[in-house]
Amino acid sequence: MTDHHGEFDSVSGRSTTGHEWDGIKELNTPLPRWWLITFYLTIVWAIAYWVVYPAWPLISSNTTGLFGYSSRADVAVELANLEKIRGDKMAALGAASLADIEKDPALLALARAKGKTVFGDNCAPCHGSGGAGAKGFPNLNDDDWLWGGTLDQIMQTIQYGARSGHAKTHEGQMLAFGKDGVLKPDEIVTVANYVRALSGLSTRKGYDAAKGEKIFVENCVACHGDGGKGNQEMGAPNLTDKIWLYGSDEANLIETIAQGRAGVMPAWEGRLDPATIKAMAVYVHSLGGGK
Amino acid sequence: MSANEFTSDDDYGPLYAARKKVYPQSVSGTFRRVKWGLMAFCLGVYYFLPFVRWNRGIGAPSQAVLIDLPNSRFYFFFIELWPQEVYYFTGLLIVAAVALFLMNSVGGRIWCGYLCPQTVWTDLFYAVERFVEGDRRERMRKDNAADGLSLRRVYEIVLKNAIWLLIAWWTGGAWVLYFADAPTLVKQLLTFQAPMVAYIWIGILTATTFVLAGYMREQVCTYMCPWPRIQAALTDEWALNVTYRYDRGEKRTSVKKAAELRALGQPVGDCVDCYQCVAVCPTGIDIRNGPQLECIQCGLCIDACDNVMTKIGRPKRLIGYDNDINIQRRQDGKAPVYRIIRPRTIVYSAIIAAVGGIMLYVLATRTLLDVNVLHDRNPLAVKLSDGSIRNAYTVRLLNKSGYDRVVAIDAEGPVNATLHVVGADSVTPDRPMVVIPRDSTSELRVLVTAPAESNPEKSIPVRFHVTDIGLGEAASATDNFVSP
Repeated sequence: MTDHHGEFDSVSGRSTTGHEWDGIKELNTPLPRWWLITFYLTIVWAIAYWVVYPAWPLISSNTTGLFGYSSRADVAVELANLEKIRGDKMAALGAASLADIEKDPALLALARAKGKTVFGDNCAPCHGSGGAGAKGFPNLNDDDWLWGGTLDQIMQTIQYGARSGHAKTHEGQMLAFGKDGVLKPDEIVTVANYVRALSGLSTRKGYDAAKGEKIFVENCVACHGDGGKGNQEMGAPNLTDKIWLYGSDEANLIETIAQGRAGVMPAWEGRLDPATIKAMAVYVHSLGGGK
Repeated sequence: MSANEFTSDDDYGPLYAARKKVYPQSVSGTFRRVKWGLMAFCLGVYYFLPFVRWNRGIGAPSQAVLIDLPNSRFYFFFIELWPQEVYYFTGLLIVAAVALFLMNSVGGRIWCGYLCPQTVWTDLFYAVERFVEGDRRERMRKDNAADGLSLRRVYEIVLKNAIWLLIAWWTGGAWVLYFADAPTLVKQLLTFQAPMVAYIWIGILTATTFVLAGYMREQVCTYMCPWPRIQAALTDEWALNVTYRYDRGEKRTSVKKAAELRALGQPVGDCVDCYQCVAVCPTGIDIRNGPQLECIQCGLCIDACDNVMTKIGRPKRLIGYDNDINIQRRQDGKAPVYRIIRPRTIVYSAIIAAVGGIMLYVLATRTLLDVNVLHDRNPLAVKLSDGSIRNAYTVRLLNKSGYDRVVAIDAEGPVNATLHVVGADSVTPDRPMVVIPRDSTSELRVLVTAPAESNPEKSIPVRFHVTDIGLGEAASATDNFVSP
């Protein structure tokens, strides 16, 4: 809007822009000076910002700014600082034995806090955020352990996993007696009922207990032990208790016996540092079931 | 109200008026002495309280009044408060608010006139200004001097601002001392090794003190502070306010004329229109115009007028603490009545006594041992291999005392339940015991196991008892024992 010199509004005494609608002329009212100055300053600020900070996208990268600032580098520095701050405490955790950690309230609190975080990040997808487990994924709160529930045994399982392919991993699996043709379907039904009877569960009408026992002794005792008490060396569960990883109903048992079971727990050695694995072992042990 | 009779037409001007700088004249008298005394007391408490020591034993802060933000503790002599006890401050604020109401209904703006930091510091800054530049007339002359700045004038301005800055800096400095060990922080400040946040706060408070007390002064009270507006709603016809007794003062006449008229036996007012009350007023108003928003009721006009009345041989307190009822009564020839005790003041006092009493009772009977329980949410309940049920809880023990405690933990509720505290068992398997270090909290993972057949209900209340085995102090908390 240019100033039309010589054209002045008679009432206000201001110059007009020369625009006229039905005899009404538009007054030339410039923006306030403070507003203009602020506006120009923001432009100057923006240009300075482009120069100083990373700003413009290029084809495969971006302008880096005068001082090479990047927020990712800031995060890296902060994480390094955090490691430094925690360094002493984590070193103390790494140096202490598992039993000593549980006896020292400060170390126990640290291990549980660290373990809880790491558990949430790494273990919760299978075992659940509170370690309650699911079908095929053991509940870590109870007192039934496939591979042993002492601190050392828990730590070993976390370190090397189960059937994980690690050289030191737990081996041993539930064979597929049906699929491999070892047992006939009616024999599987019979032994499934025998297993249910072991822990006091109801059995099918007309089920032959003697036959079931015979099948069980010939096929199952090798791993599950006499009377089905289980064997933690083999990861063979105790069949006489109230806890069932894959369910205790007949259909599930038949599926287990016919198809076999071989759930995998990954090895965490190498992925997590030793102090962290220790913290996690203490955390899992403290969930309640630890021996 | 009859004071409007004296309102001049000049009061109706444009909506915006530039500030007229106020040059209060020095004055001496009763109220001035009271104000000096209160100023010395308030500033003394504020500046030196952080240095007062209080022995709380080894390892605990030895500062009598300390707001320990990093450790979330507030220390006040023998009281130590935790963050969850902030309700004491709520009570304190209620008492403070009602105390202001009470002050107002008894004697007007006592807070504004004598105790408010804005008044106290402004008064101090005026004293500095008077000391460096001289009294009212000199300051007015120097400010309005047409011949520009002389070297002496520049020196005065620099000196005045330097002293102000020093006071302001000390004010900010004293503030931060409430948040850290004072002697240590002073040492750190002097050697420039104090934390950055200390310097920032000193900077902020130096700036606010300098600007508010040095340059904004009465404008803070008139335009920024909400209290003048609120107090108008709290005052009543019995409240004593700084009042010009117009029944006695009018008609204003010169000393000489008044003497002549009195000799003739004609009625004449005591006010000799000397404007001393206006000259000493820190907000630059004329009290003779009646109660005004700007008046902070500092009582200095009473002193100024008393001095004049003494000189001309008339009774004191032409201006004094009074109310309109008494002015009317005197005009009607009756004796004045003062009603300090009336429903309003009784109710305010009762509220103060009640809230204060409740706070004292709660403070005196509060336990220094406490327990909170939080049930595990995931899983809510765990079935064990023998079919029994286990619930896990996070139990937080609070030891607010100054000594370590050994506490035993028991649970009652579920039938045949056993209790297991992670980390405590290897020491005391029968009855779990833990040590809670003094002035801290301990978080424990507690497992309660009970046979399913003897606890068939879906949910059973379980009560956790915590007992200090040395002192017998106990606390308990309730949660539920849930079946899967």
